[in-house]
Amino acid sequence: MDTKILLEARSATKKFGGLTAVNAVDMQINKGDIFGIIGPNGAGKTTFFNMCTGFYTLDKGNIFLEGQDITNQPSDVIAHKGIARTFQNIKLFKYMTVLDNISIGSHINTKTSIIDAVFHTDTYKKDEEYIKETGMEILHQVGLEKYSDSLAGNLPYGVQRKVEIARALAVKPKILLLDEPAAGMNPIETDSLMSFIKMLNSMGYTIALIEHDMKFVMNSCNRIIVLNFGEKIFEGTPEEVKNSVLVQEAYFGKGIAVSRGLSA
Amino acid sequence: MMEINMIKKYLLKYGTAMLLFLLPLIVSKSIMTVVCSIAGYFIIAGALNSINGYSGQMCFGIAGFYCVGAYTMAILMNTFHISFWIALLPSGIMAAFAGMLVALPTLKLRGMFMAMLTIGFSEVMRMICLNWTSVTGGTMGIKGIKAPLFFGIKTSGASRYYYIYLVTALLFIFCTNRVIHSRIGRAWMAIREDDMAARSLGVSINLYKILNFMYGAFWAGIAGALLAPYKTYIDSSYFTLDEGFNILSMVIIGGQGTLAGPMVGVVIYQLLVEGLRFTGVWRYIGCAVLIIAMMWLRPQGMVGDSDSVLAGNKTVRTGSNLLSNLHWKTPGPIRKLIISVLY
Repeated sequence: MDTKILLEARSATKKFGGLTAVNAVDMQINKGDIFGIIGPNGAGKTTFFNMCTGFYTLDKGNIFLEGQDITNQPSDVIAHKGIARTFQNIKLFKYMTVLDNISIGSHINTKTSIIDAVFHTDTYKKDEEYIKETGMEILHQVGLEKYSDSLAGNLPYGVQRKVEIARALAVKPKILLLDEPAAGMNPIETDSLMSFIKMLNSMGYTIALIEHDMKFVMNSCNRIIVLNFGEKIFEGTPEEVKNSVLVQEAYFGKGIAVSRGLSA
Repeated sequence: MMEINMIKKYLLKYGTAMLLFLLPLIVSKSIMTVVCSIAGYFIIAGALNSINGYSGQMCFGIAGFYCVGAYTMAILMNTFHISFWIALLPSGIMAAFAGMLVALPTLKLRGMFMAMLTIGFSEVMRMICLNWTSVTGGTMGIKGIKAPLFFGIKTSGASRYYYIYLVTALLFIFCTNRVIHSRIGRAWMAIREDDMAARSLGVSINLYKILNFMYGAFWAGIAGALLAPYKTYIDSSYFTLDEGFNILSMVIIGGQGTLAGPMVGVVIYQLLVEGLRFTGVWRYIGCAVLIIAMMWLRPQGMVGDSDSVLAGNKTVRTGSNLLSNLHWKTPGPIRKLIISVLY
């Protein structure tokens, strides 16, 4: 395979007891994509993300990052390899300042040991400088400088989402997985998030996102897969997804909805 | 204005240093014994805090590491006739090794389950020391551990041994302060705050939990190693579970997740125990009441880290506005002090 494919899943399967949450899903995300994963509630989207990032082990199938097999590796190893993610329910270190949150994102790009820390060696000084510079640089990029010293937990919801993304950026990932970035946001926040994600993409980040807000997905993603009951039922561009009968059936059921089409 | 502040700051800094240095000349020998035990507890409570407070693991068996350190020192000095100064580091390393042995099987354990296992470890260590007569002297303990010579000067007795305790305690604070303000400390705190998020950012939580346990155990071992020549005699009764719980209560009362927390706890606890001496064994009830009140009102402890999960979400619920106001206007330590007075 050529190197354009960044993240690939081959017949990825996850079972919880008798329930097959994700069943033989194939996916290929190319470099530079904004890749959408949609599907009704309980379709297995978050489970699929958790499989890609090592939080769940796969029962069958493989995950590849740039052709390298990362199936069932621990999540911290996968982060080292270049996948960063955010969570559906925001998982910020809410008692730490925004800058401290991002400092922890820089963890894998620094290598201070206890000895370095005690004696303040050159490694320590270089690392601390790197952490501070990267932190301020990322905050500048995402436009959150004014929040750098406030506690993450005290910020408004929309800003917290952005901080979580900023923290993931500090990992310097090859691909960014966003789990429902627009959940619980008002239309204005959603619009600002959309332009934010497009900006990240233009900066060279490959992004995969799970989202329920169709307007958001249709306007930002260039390719989309649709999951339903753990199976991939469709893959294509936003236009193709909009016109797909299968997708409409998954969302609205069979019958009258089919003849009317997907209104969103 | 600036200059006055500077002068005040220097006066405070060097005044405290002078006071600490000259303390044995000022106060009586019986008070020095209390001071020595406080200094010893500074180290061990701080060591426990670096486990419980910073990475949020539940270690109840700190006495086990204390025991390993003390016995290693006693055996190295008495059986192998190694100088105190050389034996100090190996004692800490032995304890750190024990810490690793405890940390490995407990990686997946949390909360009470981890507490149970560490309690078990602590008792196992004590039982080994009690029964392995050929090495540890069994119930007879190890006698005649000599206080070391410092360039020919004897350090026996509380007034002199105090300096060894003082320097080690300062060294502990210095090292820990630097470690927690580095990548390592931040990784520990990230694990405490949210281990899933930490993992997603590439923090190897297994490695850092083990490292954290080893770091705490190392200093607990050093504290034990200092105890042996100070008491000149050790047996297993110094390292009972009760001792472990005493240390834990100091950390709980004083506060977890800050450097000052355990120190405050040690002082309060010691003053309470010494002050209530006239009530006999009933004085420990005073401590128990204090712990219960603390867990109820201020789970993070008196000067513990209020901006953390240790506070049991209390600060965010009751005073987030107040907190954030103070956060903008005053620097860290002062804010902490104000908050601790307010709550």
